[in-house]
Amino acid sequence: MRLFDIDRWEEIFDSLSKNRTRSILTAFGIFWGVFMLILLMGGGRGLETMLGSNLAGFASNSGFIFAENTGKPYKGFRRGRYWCIELNDVKRVKNCVEGVDVATPIIQNWGGTAMAGNHSCSVTVSGERSDYAQVDDPKIRFGRPLNDVDDMQHRKVCVVGTRIVEELFPELGKEDPCGRFIQLDGVYYCIVGVSGKSANGISLGGNAQTMVHLPYGTMQQTYNRGNRVDMLALTALPGYKMSDVQARTEQLLKRAHVIHPEDTEAVMKLNTEAVFAMIDNLFRGVSILVWMIGLGTLLAGAIGVSNIMIVTVKERTTEIGIRRAIGATPLDILSMVMSESVVLTLLSGMSGITLAVLILQGMEVGLRETAPDAQFQISFGVAVGAASLLAVLGLVAGLAPAIRAMKIKPVDAMREE
Amino acid sequence: MIRLTNIHKTYQGAQPLHVLKGINLHIKKGEFVAVMGASGSGKSTLLNILGILDSYDEGEYMLAGTPIRNLSETRAADYRNRMIGFIFQSFNLISFKNAVENVALPLFYQGVGRRKRNQLALEYLDRLGLKDWAHHYPGELSGGQKQRVAIARALITQPQIILADEPTGALDSQTSLEVMEILKDLHRQGLTIVVVTHESGVAYQTEKIVHIKDGVIERIEENLNPDANPFGIKTQMK
Repeated sequence: MRLFDIDRWEEIFDSLSKNRTRSILTAFGIFWGVFMLILLMGGGRGLETMLGSNLAGFASNSGFIFAENTGKPYKGFRRGRYWCIELNDVKRVKNCVEGVDVATPIIQNWGGTAMAGNHSCSVTVSGERSDYAQVDDPKIRFGRPLNDVDDMQHRKVCVVGTRIVEELFPELGKEDPCGRFIQLDGVYYCIVGVSGKSANGISLGGNAQTMVHLPYGTMQQTYNRGNRVDMLALTALPGYKMSDVQARTEQLLKRAHVIHPEDTEAVMKLNTEAVFAMIDNLFRGVSILVWMIGLGTLLAGAIGVSNIMIVTVKERTTEIGIRRAIGATPLDILSMVMSESVVLTLLSGMSGITLAVLILQGMEVGLRETAPDAQFQISFGVAVGAASLLAVLGLVAGLAPAIRAMKIKPVDAMREE
Repeated sequence: MIRLTNIHKTYQGAQPLHVLKGINLHIKKGEFVAVMGASGSGKSTLLNILGILDSYDEGEYMLAGTPIRNLSETRAADYRNRMIGFIFQSFNLISFKNAVENVALPLFYQGVGRRKRNQLALEYLDRLGLKDWAHHYPGELSGGQKQRVAIARALITQPQIILADEPTGALDSQTSLEVMEILKDLHRQGLTIVVVTHESGVAYQTEKIVHIKDGVIERIEENLNPDANPFGIKTQMK
C-alpha cells in the first residue's frame, strides 16, 4: 500500500480539517483523557518529590531510642523509676547487637539563644559525633561537617542552620559565614560549616534551620552532661530490618538497666523505616489511583472516538460509496478511516500532553521558591510511552468504524440521496 | 465492448425479488445507448451490474473482452477505476472537496501524483468550460455545473465506457439540454456511452434505445436521427 505517500496524508488532513467540528468533537475526549492522565501523574510525582525532599538526607533505615520512666516494677525497683541511656550503652549496642551499622549518641539543649554582635537567635543545640551524618545528612552548603578530631579535642566549633546565619549575620547575605564566631551561653564557637537542610524537612529536635550542631565531646563538657545520653541513633546494616534491630537493642538496654523485659513504657523507639514504608505505601496508592483515573478517562475518550467515528461513517456513507464507485478498494477505505482515527488521536493526544507538560512546568517554576526539590514534570520516556499508547488506542478505536466503513457498498452512494 | 448473455439477478430478502430475468445485450464500441424503463423495471440494477457495482446471479458479462465474474472487491474497484466513468443523477460530488479535487480523486486511487492529477483535472474542467470554477466547492456550483464537474471526473481516467444514471434527473430543462449536448459531444469523440433514464426526451437523443420492462428487454429501437424526436424541442426534457 501507499502508506507513506505524502498524498495520502494530505488526503487525511484534508478530510479532517474540512470537517472541523466533527474532528474537534472527536478529538476532545482523547485530549481530555491524556491531559488528565499526564497532569495527575505529574501532580502525584510532584507531591511525592515534595514530601521526598522533606525526608531527604535521612537514612531510610534509621531509628532512635530514648529512655522514659519505667512502667513496671522489677527486681525490687518500683514502677516509674528514672533511668538514662549512657555512653557505655552505645558501645555495648554497637558491639553486641546483630545488624547494627551505626550507633551514635546525641545530646540536645532546647530553647538556647545564639548571639553575634547585636543580633540574637533562638536555637536548639545538639551534640553529635561525626557518624551521625550517616543517619541524618546535614547537607553541608558551606564549609565542612563536624569530624572526629573536633570531638576528641573538644574543639569549640559548630555547624549551623541557614536561618541562624541569616539572623546573626544579615550583612553577609548569601556568602560563606565560615570563620565567624557565635556565642552560646557565654561560650564562643567558630562556625565551620552551614547545613543546607530545609525548614520543613524531618529533623530531630526542632527546625533544622535553627539548629547548632556541636561536637559531642564539646557539648558534653560545656554543658556538664557526663555519661548521660539523650538519644541513641541507629542505622541497620543492609538486609536487616530496623524494627528487629531496635527490638534487640531494647532487650539489651533493658537487661543492662534492670528493667522488666515486658515493660512497654521504659524504652521509646522511633523508626524511620516504618515512616518511609507508610509514605511509600501512600504514594503507591496515589499512583494506582492516578493510573486508574487517567486510564479510565483515556479509555472513555477512546470509546468516544470510536463512537463518533461510527456515527461519522454512517454520515459519510454517501461519500464512501462515491469513493468506492470511482475506484477506492475496501482496503483504501479501511486505511482511510483508521488513519484518520490514528491521526486524530495522536494530534489531540499530543496537544493534551503538551498542555499538561506546560502546566506542570508552570507549577514547578511557581513552586520553586517554596519547594525547590519538587519535580512535577513527567519524564521524556513517560511522554513517549503515552504517545505510543495513544497510537494503539487510535488504532483500536478506529477498527470498529473502519470495518463498518469497509462494508459500505458503492451502490449505497446512489441509494441515499 | 459490452456483451451481456442471459443475465439474471435476484435480490434475496423476506420475499426474493427476481429483478433481471435474462438480459441479452450487445453494445459495440462507440455506441450511444439509452436504457429506458419505468421505475422498478430493473434498469438501475442493470446499470449497477454494468458498472460492476453489483453482482449478478447467472449469465455472462464481458466488458472490453474481460469477463466480469466473481471479482474480488479490490479487482472490481480497479476495473471501475480504469474502465468505467460514472455520472449520477445526484452528481455525487464530495462536498468538502473543491471541483479540482473532486475531478482528481479517481487518479488519487490510481496512485497518480498530486501535481499531475490536479493539472489533468484542470485540463478536463477547462474542456467542460469550468476553468473559472475550478476552486469552488460543490455547494457553490449550480446543478448544471455540478454535473459537468461529475462528467469531468468520469472522463479523467479515460475509461472505455461512460455510464450515466439519470444524468438529467435533477436538472432543469435548459441545463439538461446542455448536459445532453456534452454527452453527444463525447459520443462524437468516439466514447461508448450508456444512459439510464425514464425520460423519453433524453432517450431519444441517443442512437439506440433499449426498452426494459419487468426485468426483460422488451425491444431495442434504433434511433437514426437523434436530433429529431417525436416530442419536439420544447417538451423534450420534462
